[in-house]
Amino acid sequence: MKSAVIVFPASNCDRDAKVALEQMTGKTPAMVWHQDSELPDVDLVVLPGGFSYGDYLRCGAMASQSAVMRSVKAHADKGGMVLGVCNGFQVLTESHMLPGALMRNAALKFVCKPVGLEVQETQSGFTRKYESGQRVTFPVAHGEGSYFADEETLDRLEGENRVAFRYAKGENPNGAARDIAGILSEKRNVLGLMPHPERVVDDVLGGTDGRGLFQSLIEALS
Amino acid sequence: MTKITPAMVKEHGLSESEYQKILDLMGREPSFVELGIFSVMWSEHCSYKSTRAHLKKLPTKAPWVIQGPGENAGVIDIGDGDAAIFKMESHNHPSFIEPYQGAATGVGGIMRDVFTMGARPIAMMNALRFGEPSHPKTRHLVSGVVSGIGGYGNCMGVPTVGGEVNFHPSYNGNILVNAMCVGLARQDKIFLSAAKGAGNPVVYVGSKTGRDGIHGATMASAEFDDASEEKRPTVQVGDPFTEKLLLEACLELMATDAIIAIQDMGAAGLTSSSAEMGDKGGSGIELDLDKVPQRETNMTAYEMMLSESQERMLAVLRPGREAQAEAIFKKWELDFAVIGITTDTSRLVVKHKGKVEADMPITALSDAAPIYERPYTEREAQTGEPAYDKSKPVLASLKAILASPDMASRRWVWEQYDHTVMADTVQVPGGDAAVVRIHGTQKALAITTDVTPRYCRPDPFEGGKQAVAEAWRNLTAVGALPLAVTDNLNYGNPQKPEIMWEIVAGIDGIGAACRALDFPVIGGNCSLYNETNGEGILPTPAIGAVGLMKDVTKMATVAFKRAGDVVILIGETKGHLGQSIYLREIEGQEEGAAPKVDLGTEKKHGDFVRGLIEAGRVDTVHDVSDGGLLVAIAEMAMPRGIGASVGMAGLAEAIPFWFGEDQARYCLAAPFAEAEKIVAEARAAFITVAELGKTGGDKLTLDNKDSVAITDLKAGFESWFPNFMAGEEIPVTN
Amino acid sequence: MKARVFITLKNGVLDPQGKAIGHALNGLGFGSVGEVRQGKVIDLELSGSDQAKAKDELKAMCEKLLANTVVEKYEIELKP
Repeated sequence: MKSAVIVFPASNCDRDAKVALEQMTGKTPAMVWHQDSELPDVDLVVLPGGFSYGDYLRCGAMASQSAVMRSVKAHADKGGMVLGVCNGFQVLTESHMLPGALMRNAALKFVCKPVGLEVQETQSGFTRKYESGQRVTFPVAHGEGSYFADEETLDRLEGENRVAFRYAKGENPNGAARDIAGILSEKRNVLGLMPHPERVVDDVLGGTDGRGLFQSLIEALS
Repeated sequence: MTKITPAMVKEHGLSESEYQKILDLMGREPSFVELGIFSVMWSEHCSYKSTRAHLKKLPTKAPWVIQGPGENAGVIDIGDGDAAIFKMESHNHPSFIEPYQGAATGVGGIMRDVFTMGARPIAMMNALRFGEPSHPKTRHLVSGVVSGIGGYGNCMGVPTVGGEVNFHPSYNGNILVNAMCVGLARQDKIFLSAAKGAGNPVVYVGSKTGRDGIHGATMASAEFDDASEEKRPTVQVGDPFTEKLLLEACLELMATDAIIAIQDMGAAGLTSSSAEMGDKGGSGIELDLDKVPQRETNMTAYEMMLSESQERMLAVLRPGREAQAEAIFKKWELDFAVIGITTDTSRLVVKHKGKVEADMPITALSDAAPIYERPYTEREAQTGEPAYDKSKPVLASLKAILASPDMASRRWVWEQYDHTVMADTVQVPGGDAAVVRIHGTQKALAITTDVTPRYCRPDPFEGGKQAVAEAWRNLTAVGALPLAVTDNLNYGNPQKPEIMWEIVAGIDGIGAACRALDFPVIGGNCSLYNETNGEGILPTPAIGAVGLMKDVTKMATVAFKRAGDVVILIGETKGHLGQSIYLREIEGQEEGAAPKVDLGTEKKHGDFVRGLIEAGRVDTVHDVSDGGLLVAIAEMAMPRGIGASVGMAGLAEAIPFWFGEDQARYCLAAPFAEAEKIVAEARAAFITVAELGKTGGDKLTLDNKDSVAITDLKAGFESWFPNFMAGEEIPVTN
Repeated sequence: MKARVFITLKNGVLDPQGKAIGHALNGLGFGSVGEVRQGKVIDLELSGSDQAKAKDELKAMCEKLLANTVVEKYEIELKP
């Protein structure tokens, strides 16, 4: 499995994503600078967490207009897989590669803590190694992670089984609509999620629940 | 040329005798720009004029110290060619005026101090002190400071892994925001600020210069009065995005060999960075202010020299490397300009629009800066054991203490900090010390900040000792070998003899403890004049400390992990209640003597406990400090909801036994067979040790009689902070 | 030419910040305050003097970057 991690000037989980990919796949991902308009030949593109361009206007707004995002869209259009974590998820919605928007947390505060999730959908290249309904714990670390979409869109996401991860009962950290933590694109090759699976692949760091996501990708892409 | 009047001199915070000294050094009347430069360089903040004579007494050397005080940050050897670089610094006054930006720029400033030396920041800590919770401004300040620290650190992608938050009325008008940054570098890639050699280009990188925070350094050296809130427009605004770019660009440039010296522009901006680089390199610096990237129009030389715009650095390059450096800064979309050159004149020369605005010997700003041996008088000691009601039920008091402002969980605070970014945080906030793995290795750094200001008021010497000892103990309790200290000395007005005594005795106490514990001071910061309307703060010499753990898998944490473990107390309990949390929270008294720290015992007990952790024999350790033994046991029980049944040992009175704050104590839990061995070994080593009981169940039971559910304790412990912060918005008058 | 762009949340989109402001105002004794919605203002300086063209351009800017039309609406004000 060949992968690339996109690096925006204020990405800050790019190294974490790289380390997790190295650890899980045994291969070093290509680190792609935001001004590069060409992507290397890869199976998976990761949009990491961080603040892309400072995120002063709206999280991910400026990143969605960057040179590299045109190539990421093209990659997804061809069926290539794209994983957006945290700021990466925000970039994906701002780029309209995923529906809806990520809004300021309901409590108006940044929140960093482990959060219980339910794997809702296992029919995807990102989640096939999990059990349906499996309870996992990933940390969240964001100020604007409250997923919003109109009722019609939410109904469609649920109807098409595109809600990949939901916050477990009572664990919704940001007021997201219908406890949505992560969603799939229509073609199920793009996943955006607020919690950080790449921070839970190492036992010393308090959990390995994120491994399933990488193992799913390895299986799907081999 | 502007004629300098006595009013101008006064406005610049310079005394008559200081101005006379300037006249003598210059041999003429200074220009207005020169007066501004003197005022910031001779301010308490930059010159340490009240404390320099005393700070010299601190121990600063050890075989593992690579760089002691005097640079942007201290450096220690952590093996394998790696170095840890760290420092703590205050941003008290700006944070009181504008809590979000004050705290944010405090974080940004200390990060620059660390990455200017070639290190990538890997962890942030902070020590915060606020006024009493009921004060109308406290909530607003807590909220602003916490979100400012988070807003900056989170964007930088550096985990904020812990710290301290205390409340006390003495901080009502003068909060303390002390931020600490720890970075990692290779020992052969450390950058210093000595601008050696003449004819080298001086380059300016980072953000543009505006009229931000002009005279911030002198503001930080003057007492507050209510009118100072009108100074808001001069508070600096932080831009963490630019700082992130600056960090990456600097580290990229540092990977080349283009840099001779580099220094961040912190307090007193261009003035102090150029003067310090020239001073340390023994060279002169000539600046052409027309070349300085400017954000505002018509800025004067005075404004540019004193601006405290954030996210800027000054570097001296090897000649001919300008293009290489410029390419890196352009890639990161940062300003880059050659604004001067080093000379062999040892003078700071500032030109603007074809005019020489300043021309002064650099030593006049550094070595010749005034040093004061200010007079000090000891305050009468508070002695004797305060009275308390012996009949008060112990567990009810425990519950009240756990739900009190200073003892309740700080989760509300640290959940707003991204503490797991960089994927190396092995011990998150809430334990004795934070533990951050050295990326790609099994090694880790343990980090803590500590001071107990309520001990420092009655006994600044013992309080200084205790701050160091507690930091040392906290590092030990996770299994780390304590290596070095950065101090952040927050005190009142040094021109008052009693305050000066607090400072002198505090430094003496810190020095004594650092010497005894082999724990050198490698950097620090003084913040004086922390008073409002004549009210002094509690003396608060915050100690930031770093220790090394060779094998992170052996790390101990405070949480009870198994039922059936034996609870062991290391150290002697005499039941010292003076200045204790118990006395303050339950009896409403801030009375008595502070507990004494026996440094020999401290070392002996700590080395014993660390040996057990390093050998993989115990994984459950908590230092016994604020609140005493029963609070420590409750803190061990709450994380996983594992209870314990414990009883008294060696003392007849319950309240002093459970709540006394005797020093040099640790509480451990280990399975029976191991516990028996530990107790025997401790006795053989003449260490006071006691078996208090066993873990298990979901209650905390005392002497097989009274008990309380752990969930009950936890409810109060976890709810105080969120409840306090959720209270009705209190009107803020500003 | 100077332009001012107002960006606010669409009706029906939850605005926790607005809610918090309303709550605080009530707490300060401004009992008359009902619902509060907040947004942002962006001031721009534009070259040229063709108002119609500027308006079209500003609209494009809003659609493309300044507003997230999934949740936000915008208004444009032009001052010659």
